[in-house]
Amino acid sequence: MNLDSLLPNLGEWLRGTGPESDVVVSTRIRLARNLADLPFTTRADHHQKAEIEQRVREAVAKSDIAPKLEYLSVMGLMPLDRLFLVERQLISRELANALEGPRGVAFDSRESVSVMVNEEDHLRIQVMRSGMSLDETWEQITAVDDSLEARLPYAFHERFGYLTACPTNVGTGMRASVMLHLPALGITKQIEKVFKALQKINLVVRGLYGEGSRASGDLYQISNQVTLGKSEPRLLSEIREVIAMILQYERQARTVLLKERRQAEHDRVARAIGTLGSATMITAEETMELLSAVRLGIHLRLLDDLPPTTLNQLFIHTQSAHLQKLAGKALDGEDRNAERAKYLRNRLRDLGATPQ
Amino acid sequence: MNPCQFCGQPATIHLTDILHQQKTVTHLCDACARSKKILPTKPGTHFDLQGLVQLVMGQHGRPDAADTTALSCPECGLKYAQFRAEGRLGCARDYDEFAEPLLALLERVHRATDHCGKVPVRRRSTMGLSKLKAELDAAIAAERYEDAAVLRDRLREKEGADEPR
Repeated sequence: MNLDSLLPNLGEWLRGTGPESDVVVSTRIRLARNLADLPFTTRADHHQKAEIEQRVREAVAKSDIAPKLEYLSVMGLMPLDRLFLVERQLISRELANALEGPRGVAFDSRESVSVMVNEEDHLRIQVMRSGMSLDETWEQITAVDDSLEARLPYAFHERFGYLTACPTNVGTGMRASVMLHLPALGITKQIEKVFKALQKINLVVRGLYGEGSRASGDLYQISNQVTLGKSEPRLLSEIREVIAMILQYERQARTVLLKERRQAEHDRVARAIGTLGSATMITAEETMELLSAVRLGIHLRLLDDLPPTTLNQLFIHTQSAHLQKLAGKALDGEDRNAERAKYLRNRLRDLGATPQ
Repeated sequence: MNPCQFCGQPATIHLTDILHQQKTVTHLCDACARSKKILPTKPGTHFDLQGLVQLVMGQHGRPDAADTTALSCPECGLKYAQFRAEGRLGCARDYDEFAEPLLALLERVHRATDHCGKVPVRRRSTMGLSKLKAELDAAIAAERYEDAAVLRDRLREKEGADEPR
């Protein structure tokens, strides 16, 4: 597979459509699964990892999963390609760099379904969809799970359910996450309050790139902490309830912003577009922050030249590996910041994006 | 990087304690350190020495500490002490070999010790009970209370029949 062919595509989670897409960027569910007759990945030797990889590859190839998944070995990839897959949310940072030995990922051309092999667990099945879509995502992932299970004996325990390397994932092995864009709660300084309430009910808040990553660009992932003792539909309905509440808060905060400080918000959005379109050096972090202001501007109709999909493209293309692939060369430090600024200047000029 | 021993998140705090020539290392993430009162919960409040002592003494003082750390799995060779340090189990059998200490950990992390939810297709015929439990939980979640009542009765019946007398 030539990864460069993915470059012009957005990937399912960045399509910018789907229910509640003014606040909800994407929905993602992952299932952790292990083969019954081999040690977990952390205690498997090279030979055993190769066997796991081989068996999962075969199961994927013979399964009736639609759309078709194609397997890619991470060992054979250059560091830039690995980072590229991390940025597209197809693999974890751990699978890219921290782990060793045979490992990889199978995914479809829409980049909606992916199966990581030999991550912390033998299989990490993931389905992503645009917008708020917990039920559809669950239906899809449970079908993928069934068709893999038909060919792979899973480690399953009468009492503890699906067995995982870390006991924090045992039971359903399910982590459902909803990615939210919450700029207005940030501006009105209510975000901390919301997250404190979430912690009390056992939901976790993370930044864009998962565990340990900090929130940038006002993007947050809300997911379930508990995986044991509650059924999948129950876990999903608990998340759904909380998301509905956060959506309401964010929209209220947006309404208040428009009512009480429309002029100031308009100015902030105009300055963000101005900086993005004229800077000669810009970091990924600053780009994310400015794009967040623009995204809010679009939804508040303070700016109507840019469709959200285009904004998502600017967002993914200015990530480090994407930027270097577009430039066709390795860039570091200052060169990368200069290239990012150049890309943004050119794109915004072509789009003719100007504040209303 | 070591994961937090309590929840598996990346640990940011590492405590080393030596008592009676026995070294204990504790890895914690910020959130667990706060919940165990090792880190102040509010900015400005001070480091809580008592919380720290309690945590460390709790480890040494646990009556079964010696027994559980000596446990090891005959299948993958993992020692329970190693699991406590690294936070990852070695194979499926560990869940049975370490069942006793794991139950306490699961209770703390999930506030539950029994799976309730999906069962692999090939296990469904033999897993009548968990499947009923899963259906019951799903019915309650969806607020289908009439279905839930029926399922609850079937579950009681089945549990009664399965119990060895």
